[in-house]
This record gives sequence, C-alpha cells and structure tokens, in this order.
Amino acid sequence: MQALFSQLVAGLSLGSVLLLAALGLALTFGQMGVINMAHGEFMMAGAYTAFVAQGLIADAGTSLLLAIPLGFLVGGVMGVVLEATLIRRMYHRPLDTLLVTWGVSLILQQAARDIFGAPNVEVRAPSWLSGSVNIGVTHVPAARLFILVLAVAAVVGLSLLLKMTALGRRIRGVVQNRDLAETVGISTRSTDRLTFFIGSGLAGIAGVALTLLGSTGPTLGTSYIVDAFLVVVAGGIGQIKGAVIAAFGLGLLQATFEYSTTASVAKVMVFVVVVVFLQIRPQGIFSVRTRSLA
Amino acid sequence: MSVLPTRGRAVRALAALVVAGLTLAGCGSRVGDSGASGSPANSCVDTSGSTVKVGFLNSLSGTMAISEKTVRDSLALAAEQINASGGVLGKKLQVVSEDGASEPTIFAEKATKLISSDCVAAVFGGWTSSSRKAMLPVFEGANSLLFYPVQYEGLEASPNIFYTGATTNQQIVPALDYLKQKGVKSLFLVGSDYVFPRTANKEIKAYAKANGIEVKGEEYAPLGYTDFATIVNKVKSAGAGAVFNTLNGDSNVAFFKEYRNAGLTPTAMPVVSVSIAEEEINGIGLDNVLGQLTAWNYYQTIDSPKNAAFVQAFKAKYGQSRVTSDPMEAAYTSLFLWKAIVEKAKSFKTADVRAAAGGVSYDAPEGTVTVNGENHHIAKTALIGKVGADSLIHTEWSSGAPVEPDPFLKNYDWAKGLTG
Repeated sequence: MQALFSQLVAGLSLGSVLLLAALGLALTFGQMGVINMAHGEFMMAGAYTAFVAQGLIADAGTSLLLAIPLGFLVGGVMGVVLEATLIRRMYHRPLDTLLVTWGVSLILQQAARDIFGAPNVEVRAPSWLSGSVNIGVTHVPAARLFILVLAVAAVVGLSLLLKMTALGRRIRGVVQNRDLAETVGISTRSTDRLTFFIGSGLAGIAGVALTLLGSTGPTLGTSYIVDAFLVVVAGGIGQIKGAVIAAFGLGLLQATFEYSTTASVAKVMVFVVVVVFLQIRPQGIFSVRTRSLA
Repeated sequence: MSVLPTRGRAVRALAALVVAGLTLAGCGSRVGDSGASGSPANSCVDTSGSTVKVGFLNSLSGTMAISEKTVRDSLALAAEQINASGGVLGKKLQVVSEDGASEPTIFAEKATKLISSDCVAAVFGGWTSSSRKAMLPVFEGANSLLFYPVQYEGLEASPNIFYTGATTNQQIVPALDYLKQKGVKSLFLVGSDYVFPRTANKEIKAYAKANGIEVKGEEYAPLGYTDFATIVNKVKSAGAGAVFNTLNGDSNVAFFKEYRNAGLTPTAMPVVSVSIAEEEINGIGLDNVLGQLTAWNYYQTIDSPKNAAFVQAFKAKYGQSRVTSDPMEAAYTSLFLWKAIVEKAKSFKTADVRAAAGGVSYDAPEGTVTVNGENHHIAKTALIGKVGADSLIHTEWSSGAPVEPDPFLKNYDWAKGLTG
C-alpha cells in the first residue's frame, strides 16, 4: 500500500517535471508550429542562471526564488534573439527550422562548456527543500513538492494569460487563423515574438527547477527535449490542457511501468503506448477545431 | 498557406526527428566499419628526427567531455614534464591531439588517422568501454599501441592495449571484500544500462552468491536518466545493507539528490560508487554524497611526496580550484610508463615495446605500479575511500600492497563460468 502511494507520488512528480519542460514547447511548437530543438538549451540557460544567482546571493533559498523570474528573462531573451535572427526567416520550412535550431543547440552547449567548464556545477538546494515532507501515508521529497507547485502555478499563470488578457486573445487569434488575425489589424510579427518570449521563458523556469533534481551541466537540456516533444504531440498540438493531461499521464505510466519492470523497459513501453495512441488519435488528446484550409 | 499547426505538421516533425536520428546512426556505423577493417600496414612511425609523435585521443565535445577533458589535462601535464626533462630516448614528444567527440565510431576513425596519417608511436586515451572496444580492432589491425587510463569491467586483454586503470579484481572485488568485512549481509545493485554495469553486476552477483551475501535487487537506468524516484523507492523498500552503484555520468547527480531527499543516509545504507571521483563531487553537491564510499586506486589525498608533486604541478598549471582524480592519475602514469618501457626496450617499435613491457615499474602518485607482461594491465593498490567535508575523498581502507591484475578473474573460484 505504501509502495503504491510512493509510486503515485513519483508518477505525479515525474509528470510535473515533464509538464514544466513541455509547457514552453506547447506554446512555441504547439501554438506557433516551430520545431525548436534549442528549447532544451533554454532550460540549460535557466539552470545556469540559478547557478550564477547562487554565486551572487549566498542564501540558497533567496537565490533560488530570485532565479525563477531571472531564468524566465534569460530563457525568454535567448528565445527572442533566436526568433528574430533565424526562426523568423523559416516559418514555412519546418525541416529547415529543425536542423538550424539543432545546430544552435549544439553551439549553445559548447558555449556553456566554454563559459562554465565541462564538469557539472553545483546548485545547492535551500535547507527547506532538502529532506522530505510527511503526507500521512508516505514521504514526499520537498524538492519534488516544490516542482509540482511550480508546474501548477506555471500552468495556471499561462492559462490566465491566454484566456484573460488582450495579449492572450491575440496569441489565440493568430494561432487559430493567422490570415484573419492579420486582416483585423493584429500585428502577427510582434505576437509571434511575444509568444516565443513566453515559451522560451517557461523553459528557463523549468531549468531553474530541474537543478533541484538533477545535474546542472551543458547537456541538461538534451535529457528532456525528446520527452517534452512527446508530451506536446501526445497532448494535442495547440492546447495547453492537452499538455497537462499528457504530462501527468506519461509520468504516471512511466512510474507504473518502471515499478513493475525496469527503467529502460518502462521508457520503451511509454513510447509504444504513445505511438499506438497516436495511431488511434493522430491529433493527440485535444486538437484545435478550425475552419482554416491549411 | 497558414502556419497553423496541423496534424500533417506534427507527423512531419516527428518523421524528421526519426530520420535525423537514423541518418546519424547510419553514418556512424559506416565510419566504424571502415575503421575497423584497416589492413595491417607497415608502421610509418618516424624516429629519425629529434622528436617523436604521440597521439592524445579524448572526447573534448559531447556527453563524455566532462570527464575526458580532465584526462586530457593530465596527459598534457605529463607530456610537458617529460619534455622538460629531456624527452623519451632523447626525443621530445610532439603531441597530436584529436577529439573523440563521445562517439565510439569517431574514436575508431581518429585512431586510424593518428596511426596511419600522423604516424604516432602510441595513442593515449579513450574512456568508455564502447570507445575502447571500437578502437581495439584498429590498433590490432595496424599493430599499434593504445594506453587506456580508465577502470573498466575486465574480461579483455589485447596485445595492443595497455590498461592503466583498474580491472575488476583491483576495484570491485576489493570493494566487496571491504563490505563483507564490515558485516554487510545484503546488497542492492544500481547501474546505468550498458556494458560496464551489467558485466560488473554479473561478477558482483557471483561473488555475493559465493560469500552468502543476498542481492536484494538490481536496477538499471538508461544512460543520462534523470528521474530516480522509482528506483530509490525500490531501494528504500528493499532495505539492503548497502548499495553498489555503477551509474555513470550525470545520472549520479539525480540519483544522489533523490537518495538524500528520500531520507536515506550513508550510515543506514552506504552507497559504494565506482564512477564517482573528486571531479564529480562538486557537480553532485557535497551535501548529497558526504560520507558515501568510493572504490578507486588513487585519491588526491594520498600522502606521498610523489603525489604532492603531481597535485602541486597540476594545480600550478590549471588553477588552484582543480582537483586530481583516479583516471587523471592513471592517464598521467600511462605516459610515464610508456616512457619507461620504451627506454627499457630502447625502441619505439610496437613489438619491442611489447616484449620489454613485463615487469616495468613506475613510482606513480598512487604508489608503485608494475606492468604485467602477460595481460598488459598493471598491478595497483586498491583503496576504499569516504567523501569528506573538504570535498575530497579520504582513504578508509587499503589493500596494503599492489594487487596483481586478473582481468579474467582466473584466480577466483566464484568467477568460474563468467563471460563478458
């Protein structure tokens, strides 16, 4: 029984990690259709932001909390630069975008290696995030609880932005019908840029959070990028709620399979489940209904 | 056309990812095949001038760069010191550097280049077992020499490779002896899913069976795996006396963070690691590994004049914040061992070097090491260490004298029937 709850927690926690990693991608890939292979490196940039913040502010708790908005800014600015210099030129060429951004991701990894050195760096967890919290039936590591809360906060924040604000309406308008949005006077260029800023910024936040669980090194992003794409594709392109359900679904599946088999086998089984699911429902869990002729 | 994401776009994107992956894999294997089938060529090593070429082949990019760059640094230091003291047989070393890029096929390709186009007298490098296995046919085919500086899973002895890291009976077996001596009755095995951990765990299980130690679980995580919640849950509920950790690289960070967060401590359930050295401790976070055990043949804290000189020279060249670790020391030692063998043989030729190698000793920072002429491994002292509050590893237990290398575990009854 206790093992069951521990695994439930492990699955939800893994789901929240996947969600944080995939949320930004749900915007840039899901909403804008840009295949950005450098998304993982924006996470890495966020993680190094946490490292730099810790160098400036000794208190691990303060620096971590400060690193969250800073990571958002760093990731976002990197995203805007990438969008304005490269991606903008190839909006109708997904394959070219894939190759170019992959190249950018390699360059960013090597840049991190040159700036911060090849070995992993240490980001200390604040004392209130090490150890575990007793929730009656089982113990939950505090860091994982924090990431769960952060992921939920990020989803709520993003949904509110998309639903309640003028910017959100513009983004949704451009996603649903770009031509029509343009005819009613929305500047799709600036909307694209802002969407990319927010999506990349979310990757930065994910990077900050991941320092609590894993290593902070040049290849941090590569460990998450494939899973993040998987979540977005399974969740259904263009939908935040799809990404949420897919992330937690995949997290729970991985934890369940891993408990009964091994980590490697579980990973394969999750892929098989997603492939079979996409055969039955190629549009993912949710899809945007549209009258456009694309 | 609109940029609206559609089903077609998503499918194309995924297809493109798959194609990109397959293309890379395809290129890789082709390169490897051509490298492996290199026909035995006459050596083109030029020893007529005042210099002799040697090749350094380490990953300076890709996932292994984190570890292999440190080895490259200590090789460069050794070359510098050898040249400062007059070179080898009066010839200065001229280093040809290559990047293995963390890809076994590139290692094979670059090894071929170093041997047949740069005409180096010997190559120093390699880290992963897959890189060594990819280079092995190249060196055997061209009858050239490789000095490999990292502990590995044993069960190999190529006439063209000198192994200056530990084989299993100099690292894993002493670690098990230590645990047994400490009264550990059960083990949990955690490793990365590739050749070294799987082979090592086969040996550990055979040892455990023969020594009445129960193996309560065996878990493998894919290389680079970052979520250890489930595996740590399994470790916790199994409640073994100790964990034997053969995880590689970044996975260690995630594992130890999870281990500590789950409330497991080195006093209740110590973890013995065979891939964590001084260099990795800061990346994992000292708090997460404080008090945990490691099995190696060298620690920076070894108290000897030879080691003090090595550490001081290394820090002087690369900065005071740098640390020295076992693979770095083994790489440093490999270059000096080669020099000693060549000077004994009075020749740079592979056949002469091989004939002269047996019994050659070198007073290394780890202590005296001696080449075993039969299997080309070296006798080394085994050390169990504990991670201290100074982020260094301190010797807890020592085998006292150098342990003769036994890569095929011929002298251990429990190891009968084990195969690679």
